[in-house]
Amino acid sequence: MVYDVTIDGKSYRLELERAEGGWACRLDGREIEVDAVLARPDVLSLRIGNKAYEIKSEHVGSDWHVWVGSARFASEVRDPRSLRSRARAADDQGPKKLTAPMPGKVVRVLVKEGDEVEAGAGVLVVEAMKMQNEIKSPKKGTIQKMLAAEGVAVNAGDVLAIVE
Amino acid sequence: MFKKILIANRGEIAVRVIRACHEMGIAAVAVYSDVDRAALHVRKADEAYAIGAAAAAESYLNIGKILEVARRSGAEAIHPGYGFLSENARFAQACVDAGVKFIGPTAAAMDAMGSKTRARQAMERAGVPLVPGTSRGLESIQQAEEVAARIGYPVMLKAAAGGGGKGMRLVHAPDQLKSSLEAAGSEAERSFGDSEVYIEKAIVNPRHVEMQVLADEHGNTLYLGERECSLQRRHQKVLEEAPSPIVDADMRRRMGEVAVRVAQAANYTNAGTVEFLVDQQKNFYFLEMNTRLQVEHPVTELVTGLDLVHLQIRIAAGEKLPFMQEEVSIRGHAMECRIYAEDPDNNYFPSPGKITLLLAPSGPGIRRDSGMYEGWTVPMDYDPLLAKLIGYGTDREQAIARLTRALSEYFVGGIKTNISLFRRILSDADFRAAKLDTGFLDRLLKQKQDGEKADQKEDAQAQVAAIAAGIFAGLGVSAAAAGERANGGSEEKVQPAARWKSASRREALR
Repeated sequence: MVYDVTIDGKSYRLELERAEGGWACRLDGREIEVDAVLARPDVLSLRIGNKAYEIKSEHVGSDWHVWVGSARFASEVRDPRSLRSRARAADDQGPKKLTAPMPGKVVRVLVKEGDEVEAGAGVLVVEAMKMQNEIKSPKKGTIQKMLAAEGVAVNAGDVLAIVE
Repeated sequence: MFKKILIANRGEIAVRVIRACHEMGIAAVAVYSDVDRAALHVRKADEAYAIGAAAAAESYLNIGKILEVARRSGAEAIHPGYGFLSENARFAQACVDAGVKFIGPTAAAMDAMGSKTRARQAMERAGVPLVPGTSRGLESIQQAEEVAARIGYPVMLKAAAGGGGKGMRLVHAPDQLKSSLEAAGSEAERSFGDSEVYIEKAIVNPRHVEMQVLADEHGNTLYLGERECSLQRRHQKVLEEAPSPIVDADMRRRMGEVAVRVAQAANYTNAGTVEFLVDQQKNFYFLEMNTRLQVEHPVTELVTGLDLVHLQIRIAAGEKLPFMQEEVSIRGHAMECRIYAEDPDNNYFPSPGKITLLLAPSGPGIRRDSGMYEGWTVPMDYDPLLAKLIGYGTDREQAIARLTRALSEYFVGGIKTNISLFRRILSDADFRAAKLDTGFLDRLLKQKQDGEKADQKEDAQAQVAAIAAGIFAGLGVSAAAAGERANGGSEEKVQPAARWKSASRREALR
């Protein structure tokens, strides 16, 4: 298998083959001796040479984090043969969704459909655990759709508005 | 002794009290709101009763519903934990009226301490050292100006009914006094329904040190040593330790004796805490008394070898304190980290959600009081305290070393927690040198912007992450069985798990 792995924004090419008693592994062409035990779902005991690591896998919404000890790395793995991952690069243009970062209640809607917003401008306010959090526009544009209303309960990942 | 106790609380403290009940052979009754049916305290209790909607006013603050559960369950006593109804004099009185023992002080003692101005007046009479200022609410801006000029700037304006930093304003110069007084008054009115504000000299870079007291109902009042609580964010404690690095045996005795006088002045019974501000010359001033079990009580338990919840229950049952002041001794050092569901990268905003992975530390010198479990969804409706991690050692250095080690074992996945903050605090040179004051944490968090991104992440670690990410992907982790050798030729090892899975599926279908 060949993977394009992105760790904290940096890309690696990883070649992995199951081999006798371990993995044959090449990272950016460099051969590395790897031995892995899945201790339980989401926890990997990894040996690289004789160094031992406890690795945790964490999914939060659409993000994937791989933890090496206490250090967190934003991770992505793509199979370069798949067409889908190639299409993803063009994603930055076009409409952007604003999603709820946590479950909570919409306490204020600061703009309405059709309003122009700057990047970083407050769009709505979500309250959770008695604290208010302003959800900001990820880009300069127009509010194409406002899907949230004041007083409505939302779950993490719910689409609240779309900026075009 | 009681046969059954109702715990009018939730989260880690409810679990803590349930454990004490079980250790003493007492049945524990839990109450829970609609969003807490799956909470840990419900799982651990002997009986559990629903008491209403998520909003605390509908459930954990609803005196009528809680007393109704006490009646239905036949509980003879109620432990209020901390927060919620724990310092509510009306609730303490309602328990008396309903014939249920409230495990805590009397309503009268709470009332005496509940208003900060009234507490100041009582303490003045008892000869307790107070921060210079007024012991009555300010009547006019002119009066405020006179007092401030007399005691000297900076001054602190405080709400008489206050707590948690609400209705508090620090004033550096006369021209800010009027607007600050108005702001503090209106915030106090909004938060507590009482706009009374008083004035105190602001102690520059104070330490916050508190003294644990215990009083039985036979006139015996003892002190159990102090806790250093200077590490605070927005006036909320984050990390506490016992003993305080600046308190020696002589200062402990003097502070302890003042604390006992404070408790006696209020006819106090059960467990309580007397808070002091300590200035740079180690003068200490009475701040307020907390009429409940504190969140940070475990550090005192570890260094004294006593169980405060057991003692609370014994005192409430009418027993005498089973030891004398001379028998209380401090041994070793303990430190507590309050693990909150909050996001360090987003200004410590609460981060409720589902805990997808929980790896909990243990080992020498580690105590963990937790209200969470893997698979549980942290509700958004309450205080985000998840657990307390407490380290104990022969001395402060060893306690820090153990806590640092335990933090590196602690992993809470799926939600954000402040675990990384403690790693920063414990490795800070000033913290290790015990140079603490209430401004410490704000200063540390300000430094953060510069250094954080570099955050001991190394290139080598990123490469390890890259390899691990590939292996997770290659295994299709969700399908793989735990314990599997994630290497080649493991087909036959997967089988038992697969068979077990299909068996359990068949069972579920029947």
